[in-house]
Amino acid sequence: MTAQPKLKPVAAFDPLAARKDFEILSRRVYGNPLAYLDNAASAQKPRPVLDAMYDFASGEYANVHRGVHYLSAVATERYEAARETVRHFLNAAHADEVVFTKGGTEAINLVSYSYLAPRIQSGDEIVLSVMEHHSNIVPWHFLRERQGAVLKWVDVNDDGSLNAETVDAAIGPKTKLVAIAHMSNVLGTIAPLKEIVSRAHAKGVPVLADGCQAAVHLPADVRDLDVDFYTFTGHKLYGPTGIGALYGKRALLKSMRPFNGGGEMIREVAREAISYSDPPARFEAGTPPIIEAVGLAAAIDYLGALDRVAVAAHEHDLLTYATEHVKELNWVHVIGEAKDKGAILSFETTGMHAHDVATILDREGVAVRAGHHCAQPLMERFGVASTTRASFGLYNTREEVDVFVAGLKKARSILG
Amino acid sequence: MEMDQGLRELYQEVILDHSRHPRRFGALEGATHTGEGYNPLCGDRVKIYLSLDAENRIKDIAFEGKGCAISQASASMMTDMLVGRSAGEAESLMGGFLHLVKGEDADGLAEEDRERLEVMGGISEFPMRVKCATLAWHTMKSALEGGSSAQTE
Repeated sequence: MTAQPKLKPVAAFDPLAARKDFEILSRRVYGNPLAYLDNAASAQKPRPVLDAMYDFASGEYANVHRGVHYLSAVATERYEAARETVRHFLNAAHADEVVFTKGGTEAINLVSYSYLAPRIQSGDEIVLSVMEHHSNIVPWHFLRERQGAVLKWVDVNDDGSLNAETVDAAIGPKTKLVAIAHMSNVLGTIAPLKEIVSRAHAKGVPVLADGCQAAVHLPADVRDLDVDFYTFTGHKLYGPTGIGALYGKRALLKSMRPFNGGGEMIREVAREAISYSDPPARFEAGTPPIIEAVGLAAAIDYLGALDRVAVAAHEHDLLTYATEHVKELNWVHVIGEAKDKGAILSFETTGMHAHDVATILDREGVAVRAGHHCAQPLMERFGVASTTRASFGLYNTREEVDVFVAGLKKARSILG
Repeated sequence: MEMDQGLRELYQEVILDHSRHPRRFGALEGATHTGEGYNPLCGDRVKIYLSLDAENRIKDIAFEGKGCAISQASASMMTDMLVGRSAGEAESLMGGFLHLVKGEDADGLAEEDRERLEVMGGISEFPMRVKCATLAWHTMKSALEGGSSAQTE
């Protein structure tokens, strides 16, 4: 350790101060300080999120939208206020364009079932990229398997970048939807989403963007993007598990059949007939994740109180610093070096399997992901079975990157 | 940097040697039984080839696949130990092995087998990695049973 602090706090954001909000970051793992570099899998939760959930559950909780009683009214207000927070976060025009789901996966499945399935004839096409997470692949495979839809795969370039032209070229007269990750969970690649949407719309094709990674790091302005569906999850956004959101343009949501059946999504139930609620209730059958919605809103507020441009600059600094250091190791092969990519570093290690590397890093207190990252078509594209992935969040530091790089060298000395 | 005891036991020289220079690696011509194993957690695959004689003894065995040091070493040691054994003996060896990697009593193992397999015992301290060690064994069992695929997750 040198006396000089290696971390250069960006003027408007101090990661060391932010770390104090995340109690878990001060714990040890196998006797070593935790260096949590698995943020793309799930992020840690700051105290204000946990407090908001605790305070709500211990002081204001009841079921929503049904009771006449005081607490039910308060809880309903909090739940709908959380929807408004998400609306603002996405810059959606209307709060009823925001559907709460249990996560990103459910949001995409909802679109697959309620929007696309009734519009698919055998031979119709769905355009998606090879860098999709399985959650933005499997719901479309269902339509291939069940209804004869054709999946049109769009390749990425060798550096991991994705061209809007390539997506455009895959859109034909039979294309019914373009489904694209706003940011790749493996490569960190940021898709030129606005241009993709504009090109797809020129051909009359709607676009779904999987924003699970992007919403954490980038502005997700659905009106600026003009995207038709946008999905994200709470737990990667420093919020709780069990909640995510689907944004859908009002006219599209209104045109869609329900997803799950149950309470809340129904207007009237008779013995021989039923009628459905309007969106978003139509897609929120059953008791929703109420406490989690309050937690998600708190997470969005937490991020909103930070200078997000400065946070992004800090994460970019960590990525650049880490990339420079691992590239000094001639047995490390970085996968995904698109320009302006997000703070995700995936790599292969010559002669060492990602799981062995991750096990050794773990014993140093460094949490990384090893495996196929639920993106097997992408692994196949790059001819690898698995990679090691370090992904950075707002609370990470250059010191943690140093520990990570030292751990890699140690892995090499053991396994190499 | 110091190496902790757990890692030292996990990545013993014998294991690293098996993973770097796996024995009986490759396809087996004229195999009577084959099995394919898959670990969906990491995407690792292994294929086991067995050739049984008329008495149901393993005349020859080989494996193919890509994976971590643990899965490769385990497959290599397994194939090395199974030659000449009957299908029944192979299964009971597997039973003992499974106990051993889970840190349980492996009394059922013959002394000599236990001594050879003991190097894999360190894995019991790494519960997330036990599946890496057992993949080849499950695959071997499914090959013997005439099934074609096994998976650990």
